[in-house]
Formats: sequence, C-alpha cells, structure tokens
Amino acid sequence: MAAPELTTPRQRPANLRTLGRTQRWGWMYQRISGVILIALIFTHLFVNLMVGDGVSQIDFAFVAGKWADPLWQWWDFAMLVLAMTHGTNGMRILVDDYARRPWLRATLQWALLITMVVIIVLGSLVIWTFDACPLDSSGDLMPGVPSFCESVV
Amino acid sequence: MTATAEAEPEVGAVESFTVTLKILRHDPDGLDGREPGTEYWEEFEVQAHATDRVLDALHAIKWEQDGSLAFRRSCAHGVCGSDAMRINARNRLACKTLLKDLNPARPITVEPIKGLPVEKDLIVDMEPFFASYRDIMPFLMASGPAPERERLQSPEDRERFDDTTKCILCAACTTACPVFWTDGQYFGPQAIVGAHRFIFDSRDEGEWDRLEILNDKAGVWKCRTAFNCTEACPRGIEVTKAIAEVKRALTSGEV
Repeated sequence: MAAPELTTPRQRPANLRTLGRTQRWGWMYQRISGVILIALIFTHLFVNLMVGDGVSQIDFAFVAGKWADPLWQWWDFAMLVLAMTHGTNGMRILVDDYARRPWLRATLQWALLITMVVIIVLGSLVIWTFDACPLDSSGDLMPGVPSFCESVV
Repeated sequence: MTATAEAEPEVGAVESFTVTLKILRHDPDGLDGREPGTEYWEEFEVQAHATDRVLDALHAIKWEQDGSLAFRRSCAHGVCGSDAMRINARNRLACKTLLKDLNPARPITVEPIKGLPVEKDLIVDMEPFFASYRDIMPFLMASGPAPERERLQSPEDRERFDDTTKCILCAACTTACPVFWTDGQYFGPQAIVGAHRFIFDSRDEGEWDRLEILNDKAGVWKCRTAFNCTEACPRGIEVTKAIAEVKRALTSGEV
C-alpha cells in the first residue's frame, strides 16, 4: 500500500507576516477600544441621566451647554470614533466568517467602510462646528434661535 | 425506614432496557434504489444493559441487524480517538458515553462529526484535520547535537504544557467549533492544542516558527472563544484556555 501523499491543505498568502499582523492588531484593537468605550459610555450616561435633574434636564440648551466645553467635545468625538471603528471591526469579522463568496464579501466590506467614514465625518462636523446661537450676515441673531441666546450675545 | 411496595432489585444485577438509536446515514453508492450520496435517518432498536456504551449499541446494530452500517473504532476504550461522533447533538467518543447517561427513554441521535466531508454513514474524511496538525510541525525542534540520554526537564517545566499532552486527535473539538464549520481554512482548536504542547515545552526551540504560523489569517485570531471545543473534549483539555495562552504569547512576544 502506498504511503498517503502529504500535501499542503491551504494556499499560503504571499505576505504572511503583514496579513498576520492585520489580524492580530484587529483582535487587540477590539479589546482595547472596548475597555475605553465602557468608561466613556458609562460616564456619559452618568453625567446625562444621574447628575443634576437627571433625564428631564436634557434639551437643546443642555446639549449646547455641554458642547460649549472642549472637554465634552473631545469626549463625544472619542466616543463617536471608537464606537464606529469598534462596531465596524466587529461587523468586518462577521462578514469574514460568514460571507463566503468573494464578490459578496468585497461588497459588504466596502459598504461597511463607507458607512463608517460617512457617519464619522457627519458626526465630527456636528460636534466641531456646532453653534447654538448662529448670527446672520449683519451680526444679529438668526431667527428661531433659543431664547437664552439673547443673554449670551 | 419505610417499606417500599416494589421489590428491591437483586444485588449485583445489571439493569436492562430497550433503546432506540436514530442514526444519520450517508450512502455514497446508492444501494436499495437510493440516489448515490443520499442522507437519511434510520432508527434501530437495541436491547442494552446499563453498563453498555453507545459503541456497544452500534456494534449490536452492525453485527446483528444491519452489517452495512459504517463507523470507525479501534481501541474502543477512549485512547485511540477513532470514534468521535455527534451523539445527541454533542461531540463525544462513542466508547466513553454510557447509554444510561443519555436518557434512553428517548431516541438517541447519532451523526457524523460536522465540518468534515462525510464518506459513509459515521465515517468522515479526516485528512483536512490531519493536514492542519501537520502544518504546525508537531515534532521536537532542537538545535545542537542530540544528548546521549534523555533531554531532562524540571517537573515545573513539564507541568507548563501537561494539559495539552493529553490530546488524542479525535477531532471532537475542531468539529464542534462554529468557526471551523463556516471556514474550513481555520486551523481549528486541535492544531492549536498540538502547537501549544510544543510551544510551551522548554526542550523545544521551534516556538516562534509555530507562533508565526498561528499568527496567520487562518490562525488563532479566528478563535471567537465560543468554548465549544472545551466542552467537547473527551479528555477534559481546557482547549480555549490553551488558545488564549497562544494569543497571549503572540501579543506579549513572550513564551
């Protein structure tokens, strides 16, 4: 009886090291961002829902007041970026596991990436360009701004 | 003490009962007018004792009812790892599973292990599984001249990888892994256990060759810590823990 032929079961990628590192960093990023997100999100919930008047205090003025402080701008920006990249990375892993056809996998991966970038860009624009009391070209308050703006300007 | 109406069973007597086995069969040749490659469930009734294992019931079927039933077994005592199968939806060794522990009042389902191509009935093609094992180079890699006597090791150094030396390559863990079911390219828990046994062996010097292989796209990072492997292992190896130790070696750069 002939000895069984020993063959390599899988195609080795050309650049094994780079691919391997991508997988490892993806795995580590998921854990590190997860730990940071727990701290960010629970502090966010605590400040918004428990401190002061609790949930009833949340209105336009409350959000405007928070975003007047650079700390909360950076806080919310960090939450936005980490939550989007963490979630997208998790979805990427799911697509890798279950989308077996190459075209389907590529389509889903690109859709994920584009969605992530669009949401991060839109969210960052809101956080960094937010102005509770916009002025018109003549320097007066725009119509429809909240009443507290009159004391600010 | 209250008296019971029922008679006490005779001391030393072994309980006997009828058990139904529902076996997922695969017919590659298309006998009895079936299409070649047909899969179908077939039920068999067997008279069994409380001391009988699933393997004994399979023997009774093959020897007394249907000689065409195909399954693997060699030692029949939990050492060779030939008769891993999916019994009542869990991977187990047929020779280590007592019928009385499986609720014999209901039919006991027996299927081939999942994720590997079925050849006939309960026999699967184990080649992809063994190929992954070969890939992690399961042999001692040491430099320098071989010593005249054995390579000595302290009991503490031996303890480090003791758990993963118990593996019998039955494939119960790899074929219980949901990642392996969807991606046959994944090395699977067993290959990582096999690598762990050498990576953490103080006498072996090939640890970084093996770690680099497991750092691959199809390597340890595919593990989602589902713990199916740890539950399935008939040898009680903490498979997920071994995989986590390999991950830690890769992230910290220290073995």
